[in-house]
Amino acid sequence: MAKIKLSEKKIQELKDVCKAFNNEKGELINVLHKAQSLFGYLPAELQEIIAKELNVSVAHVYGVVTFYSFFTMQPKGIHPVSICLGTACYVRGAEKVLEEFKRQLKIQVGETTPDGKFSLSCLRCVGACGLAPVVLVGEKVYGRVAPDGVADIIAEYNT
Amino acid sequence: MARQIRIALRNCGVIDPERIEDYISRDGYMALATVLTELSPEAVIEILKKSGLRGRGGGGFPAGLKWEITRKVQADQKYVVCNADEGDPGAFMDRSILEGDPHAVLEAMTINGYCTGASKGLIYIRAEYPLAVERLKTAMKQSREMGLLGNNILQTGFNFDIDIRYGAGAFVCGEETALIHSMEGLRGEPTVKPPFPSVEGYLKKPTNVNNVETFANVPVIINKGWEWFASIGTEKSKGTKVFALAGKINNVGLVEVPMGTTLREVIYEIGGGIQGGKEFKAAQTGGPSGGCLTKKHLDTPIDYDNLIAAGSMMGSGGLIVMDEDDCMVAIAKFYLGFTVEESCGKCSPCRIGNKRLFELLEKITQGNGTMEDIDKLRNLSTVIKDTSLCGLGQSSPNPVLSTIENFIGEYHEHVKDKKCRSKVCKSMMQYLVVPEKCIGCTLCARNCPVNAISGERKQVHLIDQEKCIKCGACMEKCKFNAIIIN
Ligand SMILES: Cc1cc2nc3c(=O)[nH]c(=O)nc-3n(C[C@H](O)[C@H](O)[C@H](O)COP(=O)(O)O)c2cc1C
Ligand code: SF4
Ligand code: SF4
Ligand code: FES
Repeated sequence: MAKIKLSEKKIQELKDVCKAFNNEKGELINVLHKAQSLFGYLPAELQEIIAKELNVSVAHVYGVVTFYSFFTMQPKGIHPVSICLGTACYVRGAEKVLEEFKRQLKIQVGETTPDGKFSLSCLRCVGACGLAPVVLVGEKVYGRVAPDGVADIIAEYNT
Repeated sequence: MARQIRIALRNCGVIDPERIEDYISRDGYMALATVLTELSPEAVIEILKKSGLRGRGGGGFPAGLKWEITRKVQADQKYVVCNADEGDPGAFMDRSILEGDPHAVLEAMTINGYCTGASKGLIYIRAEYPLAVERLKTAMKQSREMGLLGNNILQTGFNFDIDIRYGAGAFVCGEETALIHSMEGLRGEPTVKPPFPSVEGYLKKPTNVNNVETFANVPVIINKGWEWFASIGTEKSKGTKVFALAGKINNVGLVEVPMGTTLREVIYEIGGGIQGGKEFKAAQTGGPSGGCLTKKHLDTPIDYDNLIAAGSMMGSGGLIVMDEDDCMVAIAKFYLGFTVEESCGKCSPCRIGNKRLFELLEKITQGNGTMEDIDKLRNLSTVIKDTSLCGLGQSSPNPVLSTIENFIGEYHEHVKDKKCRSKVCKSMMQYLVVPEKCIGCTLCARNCPVNAISGERKQVHLIDQEKCIKCGACMEKCKFNAIIIN
């Protein structure tokens, strides 16, 4: 796991999160949710602090982080692009949309553009299947996306 | 004309889900009041058993029976869990209920607490449903303020409160034992049943797990009586089922129909038929655990048992419609890709077996398959089903088996003729220039991302099949329809 240095202030913030959940090991997933929303991702150092605070092994924390696809150890781009590859979206051509994003952003799934602006990920059904195929940029939902609409979406964030 | 009957969705889109007054004005919390003041837990369980309500989360286990089992176990603490993980990609019934009628779920969970002897409820919800979470929180706050949740509910001395737990993007966590481990802060790996959660669940205490839609039915059954509920549906499947129609259908969205409605009625009368007037090919129910229904099943009444007999299952209610442009081998591969990603990895048949299934399907879609591979698919599928630990592995080969069963011809075409009739499997396609139509405008060559097209200006162009990555850009760009797929 790559190491990063956290500032004292950030470390304190993280400890406060653990405390808010009574440093209860059963609350690990809630703590991770909160930590990820604060830091954007869950690097090794963060996991070590959480392990210590909740009094569990780092391996346990790492095991949980890597089990759930919602948790990531990679920093996401400023505008995380997620393409729904759920069934409804798949039968309506989501794969082609994904290919187009890969081509235009020149990154693969799970990667971030060198300028840190965009990252690309896939997810399975956001519950908006009526709008298939669905693309999310941050929290914003784009429905009925066609490959030739991809450039416009990217342009919206490229100013 | 097929009718929709709204029981689980009765309030969705009708009331303002953020106003408890709206819910109450539509008989909300009336069932809870009746239960707490007039009925014994046994009497309520009896009503549910007679109503014939079965679990809507996939398994179809009789709800009343589950409540009774949980009630009968002796313990100092019990739990009620609402399964709102809704992992089947392409389904969003539970989300709609939670967003549109959160109080119905809270009310039913409280009734369940009274019946089973639990004082604590937990809703396990996907992290992808932030609006549903907000609505639930608002609803819980309101019902606590009105004395409908918390201590001394309706001044009857009954205590019950509810908390929310979040999923983190793992399909297998919809499986009840995995869900419980996830709520305990662990990796969401399933464990062998028995013991069933009703006997030993959350923190090793008896835990009644029901699905969102199952719960949403309960207050109505109490209010209108089991006789009314049992009069709807088929002999062994009572009431209604909500389906999320998606795919190549004109009216996508949620429908709620009586059990026993036929696929034809759902697709053509309610769903408005297939998009673009194309031909219906198949409908997948039960998501990655289910199978496909075909033309020959169009007039089969949909209920738990008929779907199983047809090689599929009810599942949570996703109904994905496919037309002539969908390749069934590719669909099977799609579902297997999902399973491979979502297998928790605990047991080898599922972890390794599904991967091998996926590879075999990949081989076939790439045009390298043999007839022997089809046999291998069949055999391996059976082994995986028989030897996997949890419901995920036990059902993951279903899409393979059911597409082989219903569309063996397509498998043969892929294998023998190296042909994909739906033009989905790229490796088997060739993009070709029709010499008679090509005027040599060079547009295609300029747009080809891999420079696979050669040809001088005003000369017929040629596509180098070795280089072509089959992106289709040339075909899209050509103004003279000079590029075709072979
Ligand atoms: C792999 C797998 C995924 C499941 N996903 C869900 C789900 O998303 N929602 C759900 O309610 N039940 C799901 N179930 C079924 C649950 O294990 C359980 O049977 C159900 O929550 C019981 O509630 P019910 O009797 O009201 O249907 C899943 C089962 C398996 C094997
Ligand atoms: S069948 Fe698959 S998902 Fe279920 S326990 Fe085994 S590996 Fe995990
Ligand atoms: S399909 Fe794509 S790669 Fe193939 S020739 Fe046409 S533009 Fe080039
Ligand atoms: S399948 Fe994409 S939103 Fe449901």
